[in-house]
Amino acid sequence: MSTPVRDPAALPRLGWTLLALVLLWPLLRLTDFRPAALFEAGNLQAMGHFLGGFLPPETAPEFLAMLARATVETLAMATAGIALSMLLAVPLGLLMTRSLSISRLGPGRGGWVGQILRGLARGVLAVLRGVPELVWALLFVRVFGLGAAAGVLALGITYGGMLGKVYGEILESTDARPARILLEAGSGRLAALCYGLLPNAAQELVSYTVYRWECAVRASVVMGFVGAGGLGQLMDQSMKMLNGGEAASILATFLVLVLAADGLSGFLRRRLA
Amino acid sequence: MRAGISLGALLAVALLLAAVGASFAFLDMPLGALFTGSAANEAADFVKRFFPPDTSVDFLAKVAWAALETLAISLLSTLLAVLLAAGLALPAAGRQGWLAGQVARFSLNLLRSVPELVWATLMVLAAGLGPFAGTLALALHTTGVLGRLFAEALENTPAAPAEALVSSGAPALATFLYGTLPLVAPQWLAYALYRWEMNIRMAAILGFVGAGGLGAQLYYSLSLFHEAEASTVILAMLMMAVVVDGVSAWLRRASA
Amino acid sequence: MGFSLEGVRLTHANGFHALRGVDLHVAAGERVALIGASGAGKTTLLRVLAASLRPTGGRVRLLGGEPWVDSPRVLRRLRSRIGLVHQSPPIPPRQRVVTAVLAGRLGQWPLWKALASLVLPVDPEGAARELARLDMAERLYARCDRLSGGQLQRVALARVLYQQPELLLADEPVSAMDPALSELTVALLNEEAVRRGVTLVASLHAVDLALRHFPRVVGVKEGAIAFDLPAAEVTEALLRDLYAAEGALPLAGEMPGTPAPGLPPLRCA
Ligand SMILES: Nc1ncnc2c1ncn2[C@@H]1O[C@H](COP(=O)(O)OP(=O)(O)OP(=O)(O)O)[C@@H](O)[C@H]1O
Ligand SMILES: [Mg+2]
Repeated sequence: MSTPVRDPAALPRLGWTLLALVLLWPLLRLTDFRPAALFEAGNLQAMGHFLGGFLPPETAPEFLAMLARATVETLAMATAGIALSMLLAVPLGLLMTRSLSISRLGPGRGGWVGQILRGLARGVLAVLRGVPELVWALLFVRVFGLGAAAGVLALGITYGGMLGKVYGEILESTDARPARILLEAGSGRLAALCYGLLPNAAQELVSYTVYRWECAVRASVVMGFVGAGGLGQLMDQSMKMLNGGEAASILATFLVLVLAADGLSGFLRRRLA
Repeated sequence: MRAGISLGALLAVALLLAAVGASFAFLDMPLGALFTGSAANEAADFVKRFFPPDTSVDFLAKVAWAALETLAISLLSTLLAVLLAAGLALPAAGRQGWLAGQVARFSLNLLRSVPELVWATLMVLAAGLGPFAGTLALALHTTGVLGRLFAEALENTPAAPAEALVSSGAPALATFLYGTLPLVAPQWLAYALYRWEMNIRMAAILGFVGAGGLGAQLYYSLSLFHEAEASTVILAMLMMAVVVDGVSAWLRRASA
Repeated sequence: MGFSLEGVRLTHANGFHALRGVDLHVAAGERVALIGASGAGKTTLLRVLAASLRPTGGRVRLLGGEPWVDSPRVLRRLRSRIGLVHQSPPIPPRQRVVTAVLAGRLGQWPLWKALASLVLPVDPEGAARELARLDMAERLYARCDRLSGGQLQRVALARVLYQQPELLLADEPVSAMDPALSELTVALLNEEAVRRGVTLVASLHAVDLALRHFPRVVGVKEGAIAFDLPAAEVTEALLRDLYAAEGALPLAGEMPGTPAPGLPPLRCA
């Protein structure tokens, strides 16, 4: 019997494997990949000392009071940030929704004003969420000084971009016929939104917002590292002073907070479903 | 009252508004000051200092190098995370017994709950300043995220192909590679690419705590009040994010 | 060596009694067809014979070993000597045919060989040889999700042929094939068993195929053995009783041989 044809995938596979290996080398060099560094005496000592300080976690009353304040501040930052982001997201998201366009009803492809506005909204949203919240926070700390205000504004801007885009997408993907019928019957955009789109989309919109709130809790912790208040700022200070006990308490608080936010958001979203 | 709006919903809305109000009150935000004329002028001045971006060849070269480093951090950390996540997802999906499942799931939750930046501060201690610490930090957090997603994908995968191989005597690793991996690979790849898109953004920031990449440059520039340099770095970050999104979308389409 | 089952009982997790005391002794090199109505327990019985389902009672001896008594290592080695063609081919859709066939020997290969074969198939000739017997050689490097149902079933068959098991089990191996191809495929299984002197047990929905090709026919009904006879002694009355619930006899073509005197000739249902 004849020998089977050669494997047609053999050459491409060989090529890709070689390419991957060739690329891996500069990756390792660029990232200064030295696992041995983890075991160097100096690093081991620093880490050991720090981790050794973890036990016992700091429980002095005045520190705990500070911790509690920072925790509440973190939660407040997340909540205020999301509230602020809605101010951006709702109008921009609605602007992007084609099912609410009146000019598209008539014959033709719709007014060019509407199209330009929609494109503009899309672009603004892309820039808002394109710059990470931490960079915004770093910039705002320069303007407003250290503290939660910078964090809230940064969250508001980035999450405004994300929520606006997703709101637009959700509204676009819901059944547009009820809204269209209302618009054709001469009702306004707001009425078409409330009676035509929201009944079908509300649950998904709320669910996504809750999910984003959960992300915002994490993000507001992190933003503390650039001086925007909350648990992160406390953690940053403790780390800089290599105070293991405080860091352990903060980390534990932080884990509980994140898991609780996770749980609450999951619970709310299940209730909505 | 319109049908569908219950007392519970009204209560929820009231609670929500109260929470938002309390948040603003607690934070004592100078919201009023934000919209005064002097604040607007100050802000405009601040924004003006970012233009035009610094385009001197020296600085561009520096930024390009830092961008390359950022790219390397994001790629290598995602790669490491995929390997680690695969290793943890198998027990987490309950394939190695109950105890191993609980242990794996707990580790994944722990890895995931600690944000990249916190990992980075820890890794800077453990491995010294530089991109290696950033790579480790991103890899650890991403392992937690991907591990959970990978395990979910495994749980939703038909078991028949793997069972057939087991009943023909194949060892565990071979069974996974021949019977399960081909089924989950597309989804795992999609998740990994999605995380890579996130990691390129994170890698650009880790420099704030000394973990290499573009972030370090941004931090210096802003600390020294060189806003023109900072805007170049921010533009570089944006560009990299866009390019990575494109490459990732292309890879996803090509593999589908 | 063959196998023997003594009083084998199997209760599924939901409490359903799928096997209720099965006694079956088959010597090495025998060829046995399992027939019975849908839900009778054929698949369950074959999976017990493949040492992949553990019975809840009774004694199982396969190829001279006792799968559920020995250590896991011994069980694994025993399983690598048993090949089961599954009722619906358990092959990942995105896998290539060559890989799916070569996977038959994973139980015998060292790990390095299994790993290497993922990158570059180590024995494409072997896979092509088995596929050629099923008229599938030209699809060696095709992806399995681009095959028809009957073609996929043949790939699954080729995998088990490539495994070269000492106990060859097949669970409705031709259910997705046309009558002519079914005939050829069942003949091929029998020819393979005779040539290599291995034991063959196949469950078939088409009674005539079973009677034409297998010397021994076992009827399964409601988790027990209804009859266990040489093919020539299977009467229509027995068959009608076996398939009482289904109304008509499932046939692929004509009933073979001379029917017992006094019986009207059977027609395709
Ligand atoms: N995993 C399971 N859990 C519960 N009951 C099962 C399970 N697998 C099979 N059964 C039941 O056991 C009985 C025997 O099933 P089996 O698959 O052995 O039948 P079969 O003779 O192969 O039928 P068919 O000809 O339709 O393939 C059926 O009633 C089936 O519903
Ligand atoms: Mg069956």
